[in-house]
Amino acid sequence: MINKVVSSAHHACSGIEHGMTIMLGGFGLCGIPENCIAELVKMQVKELTCISNNAGVDDFGLGLLLQQRQIRKMISSYVGENDEFERQMLSGELEVDLIPQGSLAERCRAGGAGIPAFFTPAGYGTEVGEGKEVRIFNDKPHILESALTADYAIVKAWKGDKTGNLIFKGTARNFNPPMAMAGKITIAEVEELVEPGELDPNQIHTPGIFVQRIFKGEGYQKRIEQRTTRKKA
Amino acid sequence: MALDKNGIAKRIAQELQDGWYVNLGIGIPTLVANHIPEGMSVDFQSENGILGMGPFPYEGEEDADLINAGKQTITALDGAVYFDSSTSFAMIRGQHVQLTVLGAMEVSENGDIANWKIPGKMVKGMGGAMDLVASADNIIVAMMHANKKGESKLLNNCSLPLTGVGCVKKVVTNLAVLEIVKDGGFKLLERAPGVSVQEIKSATQGKLIIEGDIPEMSL
Repeated sequence: MINKVVSSAHHACSGIEHGMTIMLGGFGLCGIPENCIAELVKMQVKELTCISNNAGVDDFGLGLLLQQRQIRKMISSYVGENDEFERQMLSGELEVDLIPQGSLAERCRAGGAGIPAFFTPAGYGTEVGEGKEVRIFNDKPHILESALTADYAIVKAWKGDKTGNLIFKGTARNFNPPMAMAGKITIAEVEELVEPGELDPNQIHTPGIFVQRIFKGEGYQKRIEQRTTRKKA
Repeated sequence: MALDKNGIAKRIAQELQDGWYVNLGIGIPTLVANHIPEGMSVDFQSENGILGMGPFPYEGEEDADLINAGKQTITALDGAVYFDSSTSFAMIRGQHVQLTVLGAMEVSENGDIANWKIPGKMVKGMGGAMDLVASADNIIVAMMHANKKGESKLLNNCSLPLTGVGCVKKVVTNLAVLEIVKDGGFKLLERAPGVSVQEIKSATQGKLIIEGDIPEMSL
């Protein structure tokens, strides 16, 4: 088995440079690679293009990179939880490409799957469809969307083995598997790192072939954005 | 009397059918889950990656790894399943979800919907809304009849950037249930209890079609 283990976020992120395109898994703050985001802040890499469904909140997640002005362009579907983001976008400091969530996920999956482009009905007749090729399938207009790839894809999993096989937990899976497929180099940070053979091959979500570097993350905060509960009767 | 948000949700719940998979948007649509008719089983899909979404967790049992698309902590029912975002939108685009309920800022008489952007003011993004409206066969919009300024949200043409074209089938507001007909127009199906046809007429800027007596909603 090929050993993909690196000792820390520092080693996992080596090679990330100014101006690179980076995918980051997560939905809101759920399933984000907290250790690598902290490392990117430390590295002070700038002019990044970040592909991520959301942009974090002001003081956590990708918000930390925005605070340090490390991001030149964001490719996301929803960025509503971040005031600093909105400020940078409206002032023109930050370039933003907002794309439908399903198209974002599929563009990543396609990028990893060797499909250069695909037709989708999402966004037809809207700003998103402007300038894109339109074709009719089954009497319905569709627009052409291109695949996305990244210099580095950074994902967060629950469990992983040393050869890079990954299992996610709950809804923390979200964009992590399609993005893992689309990185030239994919980094996985995991809560539990185990020996090959300890994970049931039947239960693995992301096969290790998509992962180049893996390490055990530390000190996960796992912040909750909207804590909603009910009272016990 | 015009309905409140819960009333709108309660009326929409009457549209549910046994065995349906349903995606509920943020806001009023989320409340629909509280009004599932007795004895009916429907499964809720949340596009961040869960089918079989349950109610909010008990205090102290919140799990940061278990949220809905509104980023609220939730629970999973027995039989629930988690999946990644591309699989989630395969369910949506592939029309495996029978009903989508979402909010809107504007709806036009030909079924266009605008709910993601106010140029220069609010630019939060469309999230999954464009995929949902472009794909679903059955889309119900849950919203107030007028905006905060008192202007009608049921229009000839949307003034805001569109989320989808010709996709809305039905609108349930605090005043009425309306169907969008093929050739364009809001066909008035039901009135909220105590709301007159005249009130609905004056609150609707788009083409309103009134045929015969319009019954009151039974809630």
